[in-house]
Amino acid sequence: MDFAAINPLIFFSTMVAASIPVLLAALGELVVEKSGVLNLGVEGMMIIGAVCGFIAIYHTGSPLFGVLASIIAGGLLALIFGILTQVLHSNQVATGLALTLFGLGLSALLGQPYAGIKPPTFPKPDFGLLGDLPVLGQLFFKYDYLVYVAFILVVGVSYFLNRTRGGLILRSIGENHDAAHALGYHVVRVRLAAIMFGGGCAGLGGGYLAMIRVPQWTEGMTAGVGWIALALVVFASWRPYRVILGAFLFGGVTLLQLNLQAVGIKVNPAYLSMAPYLITIVALVVISGSSNRLSTQAPGSLGRLFHKTM
Amino acid sequence: MTRNILQKVFAILASIFLTFSLAHAEPAKVGFIYVGPVGDFGWTYEHDQGRLAVEEAFGDKVETSYVENVPEGADAERVLTQMALAGNDLIFTTSFGYMDPTINVAAKFPDVKFEHATGYKRADNVSIYSARFYEGRAVIGHIAGKMTKTNQIGYIASFPIPEVIRGINSAYIHAKKVNPDVEFKIVWVFTWFDPAKEADAAQTLIEQGVDVIMQHTDSTAPMTIAEEKGIFAFGQASDMMEFGPTARLSSIIDNWAPYYVARTQALLDGTWESVDVWDGISTGMVEIGEFSDRIPEDVRAEAQAMADAISDGSYHPFTGPINRQDGSAWLGDGEIADDGTLLGMNFYVEGLSGSIPN
Amino acid sequence: MLVFERRREPSRFWTAITPVLAVLVTLIAGGIMFAILGKNPVEAIKTIFWAPIFDPNLSAYARPQILVKAAPLVLIAIGLSIGFKANIWNIGAEGQYIMGAILGGGVALAFYPLEAWWIFPLMIVSGIVGGIAWAMIPALLKIKFRTNEILVSLMLVYVSEHFLASVSLGLLRNPDGIGFPGSRNLQHYTSASNGELFVGTGIHLGVIVALVSIFALYGLIRFHRLGFQVRVTGQSVRISRFAGVNPNLMVIFCLAASGGLAGLAGIFELSGPAGQLSIDFNVGYGFTAIIVAFLGRLNPFGIALAALLMSLTYIGGDLAQFMLNLPSAAIQALQGMLLFFLLSMDFLSQYRITIKHWARG
Repeated sequence: MDFAAINPLIFFSTMVAASIPVLLAALGELVVEKSGVLNLGVEGMMIIGAVCGFIAIYHTGSPLFGVLASIIAGGLLALIFGILTQVLHSNQVATGLALTLFGLGLSALLGQPYAGIKPPTFPKPDFGLLGDLPVLGQLFFKYDYLVYVAFILVVGVSYFLNRTRGGLILRSIGENHDAAHALGYHVVRVRLAAIMFGGGCAGLGGGYLAMIRVPQWTEGMTAGVGWIALALVVFASWRPYRVILGAFLFGGVTLLQLNLQAVGIKVNPAYLSMAPYLITIVALVVISGSSNRLSTQAPGSLGRLFHKTM
Repeated sequence: MTRNILQKVFAILASIFLTFSLAHAEPAKVGFIYVGPVGDFGWTYEHDQGRLAVEEAFGDKVETSYVENVPEGADAERVLTQMALAGNDLIFTTSFGYMDPTINVAAKFPDVKFEHATGYKRADNVSIYSARFYEGRAVIGHIAGKMTKTNQIGYIASFPIPEVIRGINSAYIHAKKVNPDVEFKIVWVFTWFDPAKEADAAQTLIEQGVDVIMQHTDSTAPMTIAEEKGIFAFGQASDMMEFGPTARLSSIIDNWAPYYVARTQALLDGTWESVDVWDGISTGMVEIGEFSDRIPEDVRAEAQAMADAISDGSYHPFTGPINRQDGSAWLGDGEIADDGTLLGMNFYVEGLSGSIPN
Repeated sequence: MLVFERRREPSRFWTAITPVLAVLVTLIAGGIMFAILGKNPVEAIKTIFWAPIFDPNLSAYARPQILVKAAPLVLIAIGLSIGFKANIWNIGAEGQYIMGAILGGGVALAFYPLEAWWIFPLMIVSGIVGGIAWAMIPALLKIKFRTNEILVSLMLVYVSEHFLASVSLGLLRNPDGIGFPGSRNLQHYTSASNGELFVGTGIHLGVIVALVSIFALYGLIRFHRLGFQVRVTGQSVRISRFAGVNPNLMVIFCLAASGGLAGLAGIFELSGPAGQLSIDFNVGYGFTAIIVAFLGRLNPFGIALAALLMSLTYIGGDLAQFMLNLPSAAIQALQGMLLFFLLSMDFLSQYRITIKHWARG
């Protein structure tokens, strides 16, 4: 009947594991948006990743193949979006929405024979003595491989965006594609690469759901995670490390609500579920209102059409 | 004059031909409309198993078809009208939210028969049918009460509606009866189907010390988590054996097949009429899945005895004395709950903690 | 090498021909998919695209239903297109649709069981107000804090969905519904019912209003000063200032127009075909309308055609499911393909493709 019944250590480690799908998808979308492209098809790419990862791990029994299949499937679907929006100049918002529709349909078709099947277990790393450490063991050494991969990826993306020349080019393209083009950068090529990276990340996030978190394949199993990822990028104000914070917030609120119920504290699930979105809006207001435009990190060309002028 | 006679002869010949061809060539058409995908391995999946049983039972005499993923509301009404226009003779509408659309369409097509699941509005050509799942919950509640070591049982509930509340009460009463120390931890997830969220709910409950999980949601995720964490769980809607070979103790299976076959038979025989059916274990609409070997012999026997008693009518899961959560009397000693109260049940029984969200 | 050159004006010929071309390509690609699924491709295509309009048994009902299903898409897309022209991006129409239905339905149900002539107009106006109010949140935040309206309006969709779940289980739950979720059915409340206007067609007031909105938008864009201002703002906010446009007022106007029409669509749908407010009341019209607006190239008549085409695939898709046992997933995938082809072929009307030889030296 009280908060004390919620063990903070266990709560934390469950939250970490639960936040991985949305964390991966949001991280990918962050890179896409940093390049100035808004892809609303995250949900579609995630679920394609989920079904392809599941099919691969089921047939090969190899977690590595499952992971690769998830990434490739998400990336390929993203490539459709990339070609349509970057080469054929279709509208990004509409194309992203169509991508979600297509992804949901295609995944259900591909997955039909795989409903109700249990996949092979996904192995966890063994840290030996480290895992037995009090507190620290529970906090850091009890996860499956992809959790560590996800966090390394966050560090990598942050390093790439802020410390490398490639990251600088990507950001400058996102900030002002005409200027970047004038400087001789390949706007379309860079954006295509970013879009595919985003698709791969989303696919991996979906794969995590189907291979580890749930683990099974069911039609429509992403149940809106992809849309939360979009919210998360905004919440994080386009900074990779804040994506972690946001993923914990979004995942944590759901978990907190379940935990509060389980220990008998009265909550209104509907209002609690709204909270992360309202917080995101507030965060957006705060960063947009701040006087220093550069501190907002919002890409200047986000969602705008680029056409090469000779 | 002659032309007139000729016309009459033609008319008679044509009608004979029509009757002949209808009786022998045209199979009866039975349609189904589903709220989810047939591959959900829960609610819709089991209804579709019922449809397949109809195909199996009647072969060429019956042709079945279905539309899946139909949202409740305007789309349902349109799909139902189209199915009626396409010549379906009998249509099963398998979700509560199809109630008003079913009644509307049935009024427009008096010759087409409709069967609506889990609602409460009837018409001359609309039957209603539902299952007394609380009977099954009494049996698994008994098993859960016996099997828990921590005396903590977790319950993943979908929406606060009478059907779900009834199940919680029934399970709790029977767990408490065999284990006075038992406590229920109830988590409302506000969804029928969201594998990730249901998995999170199961995880949370386990962290809170439960060692048996019951669910009233459709995905198999909680069973999978229970298996992973080495605790017990029960299959819901379908058997779910393959998702928890060691965790699964038993299951409550929705078995619509006997009812669907019987109603199709009535259609073919011309004896179909509007009925109000609320069946349970006795007709096989609610099936108790095979008991796991991990349940001790004597508990298995007790559970079986309870299922048998419910089935032959000698025992009703809601038999007094039962008090409401606030301590006020609901059923006196030996009193049996009436169906009206059960259908609209909106209160917890005494002993359950927490409150029903709204 | 192939070179794309932007046309100064979109080609009229290609503008007219690309949608037809896109549908044809979809038919071929879709046919291949159906064949892979083991269905007769010709029959499947015929059932989806032809049967709802021409089948002797089904078309009498399906034809007006295409209009009924297209009506909310048209209403919402018409509103959105105004903003899109001015580069103001409301993608939260789904939320405004929900809030319009909740406020309008809530107001009507507050008077239940009173029967009076003024309840219906009051309900409709409340629906519009609900949509506008919800759209004013991103509008005011954009004016005051320069917050991105795409993201705020999208976030508000989720908030409204949770709110819908909450009211249909709580505040607006039918007290006579023996505990089941969902509001009273407005079809059974004469003063609030948006019933069919022509018997057996299902056509309700919303369809007529959608039709009117098409011409209203055409008139606005073509003949009214506001239409000019919208277009100028879309080209450049700076230039629009010289043309005497107040950009802040433009943001308010565009979001109010799209929010109000989305709310209107919501309340028409609730009081008419849907009847009942429930957890699953919204079925994605707000998002589909965004696609419809672009497929229609932000032109009112184009929007009408695009909405009819989408609506046709929904209705034909239902038919294909129970007549040919096609899974609903195949219909979704087909719709996705159709959209891809339509969006990508738009390219042909905007660009000229020429072959250029590598120049040496």
